[in-house]
Amino acid sequence: MCNLVIGKLKIKTGVPVFNYSITKLANFPIPMADLVSHPDEVRVVSRRFGQGAANLDRYLELDGYKAVQKALAMEPDSIINEVKNSGLRGRGGAGFSTGMKWSFVPKQSAKPKYVLCNGDESEPGTCKDRLIFEHDPHSVIEGVMIGALAVGAKSGYIYIRGEYRYLLEIMQKAIRDAYAKGFIGKNIFGSGRDLDIYWHGGAGAYEVGEESALMESLEGKRGIPRIRPPFPAVVGLWGGPTVINNAETLANVPHIILGGADWFAKLGTPKNGGTRLFCLSGNIAKPGVYELPMGYNLKRMLYEVGGGIPNGRKLKAVVPGGASCPCLTAEEVDVAMDFDSVAKAGSMLGSGGVVVVDDAQCIVKFALRTMKFYQHESCGWCIPCREGTDWIKKTLMRFHAGGGMKKDIDNIQYLAENMLGRTFCPLGDAAAMPTIAFVKKFRKEFEEHLDGRPCPYEKAGAEELVHA
Amino acid sequence: MPAGLRLLRECEGETPSRQPAGRRRDKSRLLNMADVTLTVDGKKVTAPAGTLLIEACKTVGIEVPSFCYYPNLSLQGACRMCLVKVEKMPKLQTACTTVVGEGMVVITDSDEIKQARKSMLEMLLGNHPLDCPVCDAGGECELQDMTFSYGAAESKFMEAKNHKEEQQWSPVVFFDRPRCILCYRCVRVCGEGMDVWALGVQNRGVSSLIAPNKEDHLECEECGMCIDICPVGALTSGAYRYKTRPWEMKHVGTVCTHCGDGCKTTLGVRRSDTGMEIVRGDNRDKSGTNGDFLCIKGRYAFDFANHEERLTQPLIRKNGKLTPATWEETFALVGKKFAEVRDKDGGSAIGVIGSTRTTNEEAYLLSKFARVVLKTNNVDHHRTADFPALSAALRGKPDATASMADVYNAPAILLIGNDPTEQHPLLAWQIRNNVRLHRARLYLLNSQPIKLRRQATSFTQIPAGTEGKVASFLSGDDAAANALASPSTNRDAWTALRDKLHEEKNLIIIFGAEIRGNDIASLIAFGSALEGAKFICLADYANSRGAADMGLYPDLLPGYHPTAGGSDFHQEWAIPPTAGLDLPGMVEAGKSGKLKALYVVGSNPIGRLNIDPFACSKSFVVVQDMFLTETAVIADVVLPAANAYEKSGTMTNTCGDVQLVKKAGEISGTKADFEMIVRIADAMGFDVRKLVPFGGGTHADMGQSRGAQSGEADRHAVWLEMQGLEPKLTPLDPMAILDEIQRLVPGYDVSRVNLLAGNIEHTSLTKSGPGAAQKPESISPAHDGLFTSGTLGRYSRTLKSVMESHEVKPAEVAAD
Amino acid sequence: MKFSDEFEARFAEMVPHYPTKRSALVPTLLYAQDEVGFLSDEVIAEIASRLDLTELEVRNVISYYSMLTTKPRGKFNVQVCTNISCMVRGGEDILHHCAKKLGIGHKQTTPDGLFTLEEVECIGACSWAPAAQVNYDFHENLTTEKMDRILDEYKKKATQ
Ligand SMILES: Cc1cc2nc3c(=O)[nH]c(=O)nc-3n(C[C@H](O)[C@H](O)[C@H](O)COP(=O)(O)O)c2cc1C
Ligand code: SF4
Ligand code: FES
Repeated sequence: MCNLVIGKLKIKTGVPVFNYSITKLANFPIPMADLVSHPDEVRVVSRRFGQGAANLDRYLELDGYKAVQKALAMEPDSIINEVKNSGLRGRGGAGFSTGMKWSFVPKQSAKPKYVLCNGDESEPGTCKDRLIFEHDPHSVIEGVMIGALAVGAKSGYIYIRGEYRYLLEIMQKAIRDAYAKGFIGKNIFGSGRDLDIYWHGGAGAYEVGEESALMESLEGKRGIPRIRPPFPAVVGLWGGPTVINNAETLANVPHIILGGADWFAKLGTPKNGGTRLFCLSGNIAKPGVYELPMGYNLKRMLYEVGGGIPNGRKLKAVVPGGASCPCLTAEEVDVAMDFDSVAKAGSMLGSGGVVVVDDAQCIVKFALRTMKFYQHESCGWCIPCREGTDWIKKTLMRFHAGGGMKKDIDNIQYLAENMLGRTFCPLGDAAAMPTIAFVKKFRKEFEEHLDGRPCPYEKAGAEELVHA
Repeated sequence: MPAGLRLLRECEGETPSRQPAGRRRDKSRLLNMADVTLTVDGKKVTAPAGTLLIEACKTVGIEVPSFCYYPNLSLQGACRMCLVKVEKMPKLQTACTTVVGEGMVVITDSDEIKQARKSMLEMLLGNHPLDCPVCDAGGECELQDMTFSYGAAESKFMEAKNHKEEQQWSPVVFFDRPRCILCYRCVRVCGEGMDVWALGVQNRGVSSLIAPNKEDHLECEECGMCIDICPVGALTSGAYRYKTRPWEMKHVGTVCTHCGDGCKTTLGVRRSDTGMEIVRGDNRDKSGTNGDFLCIKGRYAFDFANHEERLTQPLIRKNGKLTPATWEETFALVGKKFAEVRDKDGGSAIGVIGSTRTTNEEAYLLSKFARVVLKTNNVDHHRTADFPALSAALRGKPDATASMADVYNAPAILLIGNDPTEQHPLLAWQIRNNVRLHRARLYLLNSQPIKLRRQATSFTQIPAGTEGKVASFLSGDDAAANALASPSTNRDAWTALRDKLHEEKNLIIIFGAEIRGNDIASLIAFGSALEGAKFICLADYANSRGAADMGLYPDLLPGYHPTAGGSDFHQEWAIPPTAGLDLPGMVEAGKSGKLKALYVVGSNPIGRLNIDPFACSKSFVVVQDMFLTETAVIADVVLPAANAYEKSGTMTNTCGDVQLVKKAGEISGTKADFEMIVRIADAMGFDVRKLVPFGGGTHADMGQSRGAQSGEADRHAVWLEMQGLEPKLTPLDPMAILDEIQRLVPGYDVSRVNLLAGNIEHTSLTKSGPGAAQKPESISPAHDGLFTSGTLGRYSRTLKSVMESHEVKPAEVAAD
Repeated sequence: MKFSDEFEARFAEMVPHYPTKRSALVPTLLYAQDEVGFLSDEVIAEIASRLDLTELEVRNVISYYSMLTTKPRGKFNVQVCTNISCMVRGGEDILHHCAKKLGIGHKQTTPDGLFTLEEVECIGACSWAPAAQVNYDFHENLTTEKMDRILDEYKKKATQ
């Protein structure tokens, strides 16, 4: 038994075998993204950030590949139970219990099973998986391996969005290093088991982050989602049962195996185990990616961790979990950031992208930019998403440019409400939900744009968008 | 690896590379599934487990709206029109992808559902051009109909609509993106149904568009299925666009006049200056065996009918030149001449060549006319398959022939020779889709790597000309294996293949013209030893089978009864006792001056069979045709004939499926072959009531309908009246002879109601006559491809333009 | 069609990673594009034949992914993010600034063929907004001055 000290929290772990001690944050030269820190942080997935852990030797010094060795000695069911009991929920957005998802994979399968890491990270406001790939790629590999052991898969794929080319290179190197050491490949750790892991790069498409579209993309096709059922756990990649998880989700798994389900569960709130990488962005004094316990108070996050709203501005709204989540108004931000509490507050914890909007911003424009994104990224498969996003975008453009009419406001809401729950995949919902919230919560601001009035928030002389 | 092999690999169980998992339709899984019971709108519904909810609803008369769902194509769930409420599910579910479940409670009609459908339509219409008044699909548009039903008429959309110029993808396919609703039916029917994969989806989101395989144009089989299946006017036909409004046409379902498969094609006709013009062909009501299918010829190649070279006046050679004449003058001349020759030189100085494209009634009448009126057995036609040998081999065997419909359902198919994709497009469709949807096993033996090998369970390439050896080997001649063995297929492999085939139940054995004569007997000996095996013999023209069944042979009467005697015909007809001359025989007789007269009905032997045009220069030649063909130009008399789209009757496809031919178009100045034969008989002074069994009217009444007294034609009229159908009948109406055919020709005693209702009636050869040893070498395949159709095809502008766009030289494909 | 040895090595390594050849399509296209600059007809034909696909299938895939292009672009593809996190921190100003400086608009290329400008969706740099990517390099916490320096540096790089 040893004590874990993570941030301010002292936690007893149930893992006597490994010395799972917190590594001190060191000031490594950081090539791309600036790292931030705050005393409230509880470092689990980010514990090796800035430590040079992309280097395999360094990773091994930092408890690397211990979890997978431990998992090798475990029964698949006990791995799944451990993950279930840890309260780990998907970090990709939907927040589904990871252990539960793994348990859906049939034990017997005529077709090969796969574990697939979703590193397509494209939800506006989200930039966390990027840090994991950059600073701790082996933890993702280890997560995939443990997932594979749990469900009986022999291969895993790590899909990284195309724009992240440097991360793909880092991941390639990490995988090659792990192969060279015999950690992956044939007879891993002398266990007699074979396990292959490959990398795969995307080429720019938000929709491909959706799990079934990701599989299509990996199979070399257009990223059009699949009809479900059958769910990926039963029929996934190349028709085989497939576990698909977000990179952060998988990166948490080795820590759960080493630290124990109990420890992990207690980091967060009931049914919301562990911590989360929150990506603070927008009108906030200290933007950055902070690892905070599940259930951390949003208001505190904004004002303590993020340093409040800069330039003497006031908070107008927060998008709590990436662009697809309905915004919370300044009055609504006193909320615990776990899946259930945010849902109760009428929004979603989503992918952890906390976008802060101050009172100098125009909500109509914000809504327009959000819809422009979904219109651009809609795969075009189903009518409501393809046509609805286009229609709302066009209306908002006219509206924001001063040609708005009162009925447009109702029309936007009508369209969004008629998209909601009726599209082929959740992208349509992702476009509709924030729109409905903007219109409902900021109707007055919409009305300020009526009657040919110029946008009250537009800086004088501001140009039109370059690209409509 | 060529594209074909890739698919072959797929059907061997590798991962499908084209269709996403979960979207495939495999109806074989539905077989032998237990039933489940569910409730839809309060009605109890029972359906096999695995049935899609949308299909289950249909069984109790509940129509769930849909755009993207199309039976037998992969599932899309894209249009969201079929959203229904399934109890215990939080969101509305798509009925097109939901599988029925035990105890499921479904609501297909509620305010929420209506609103969902209405809003889908509103969103679609937002970017839809609404140019319905000029759109080809106007009046036949699923989007229009749906909008009418769900009332999305109020326009909320104010923005500029996304525009894209219309594109022409081929001589026959135009694409208008703004009208497209992206249901992907076209993409699927082209890929999954046709195995052509010429259409794809380009771009994403609202800029998605259907794209042809060659960027700005199509390279495909030009079947036009994409146009037919398009629910809106996005894909339109180059042959039809902007010609008329659908409601201005009459739609006549008849049989395609091109290959031997017998697709039902619905012709859209419109009044024109010269009669009734055919403006469109499609498979509107999908009631034929071809269901959704039509190939380029069935869909577009009706346009020969109003080709500018169409003959519309009788021609008589005067001073060496074919000169327009009146009908009276012409019939009188022909009648006089024929009678003269017959009376002076005997019937054996007259030759008759029949058609593979006229109706059964006409072929039968011609056969009868030759024997009874001209008193000759010199009768033949362009033979493209050895039906007499088939009939001889199948005699006495019940249920031994397969219908075209059977090909779609058979558990296994053996195909030797032929290339159905090119020569029998419907057969190829049936085979392909049987394999795709029911996992039929296809055994292929061919000298060429034909396209159907992509669907084959096993493909064996054999040297050209060894098809007959295959038949011998299958029937047990092991020595034949020596000739067949090759490095890729050794003796053991051949034996293994035969063993495998021996295990197949209900196998359909299909063979082309490569197998004839005794080889047919061998093949049938082999097949008859298998449980439930059936046969199909492939012939090339629309009524090749009818021509054979109706006895257009020098030694065979209708039903393969020998001219020598022993059939019912000999009791009713006065038949010359000795067999007549076949076509080469007639040519020889012509050369030696023994053939004094030649009567050619709807055939172009000089153009098609390499006959010396001077062979008959000493004979009086009468030709009935639509055009001045190579044969017509040497004639003494040319009679302008109507084609199969301009007359009524029946035709028999290569499988033996009989169907009703209905009159659609009409060109003034032409007559049906049937009428012309009757009128020539009349002009010869023959009592036409002995030719066509109609009532007791007088000579002057020809052309009038008669009271019901005696004669089969009148019975037909009475019968029609009893069935509530129009009793319009004259001795010039081919239906007047149908009763006689049904009574005398074995196998043709099929249900009249079904025939007249437009259904297919399969004939069997069980009771046919013994046939006769035909000369296998007299068979001359037409060598038509997808874009050619004998002499007729040359007069189709559409086929011509498609060939030009494909840079296929007609001479290359039509050479025979 | 000839690709570099590096491409060939990558391709050869990649294909056996998957149970179907086609699976290598998307990354292969991106690597080919990196090398040739865009996906020319020739590249499409070559990749289609290597992966047993029709050219139509390859084109359908290309047109789905926003990073893939069948049109030539400048040597440096300046991709400015204007999505929400960047927008509220002045991402649009960066875009306009680039447009003015380079004298081109969205998806246009400078006459010297050096720069193409593109307004892009979120590139995953939200906490370091506003951000842009030039080819695969990220540039974050941008100001117009910083953007100037960056563009100048690329220009210098090209002329060296
Ligand atoms: C339109 C759309 C985009 C998505 N994009 C991502 C993404 O970029 N990264 C991700 O991990 N999950 C994304 N998801 C969620 C995935 O579908 C899936 O739920 C997730 O990868 C499962 O992993 P998890 O259970 O670990 O969260 C997206 C979902 C939708 C509907
Ligand atoms: S072209 Fe027609 S059939 Fe094809 S997707 Fe568009 S609307 Fe559907
Ligand atoms: S028919 Fe079900 S979604 Fe189109």
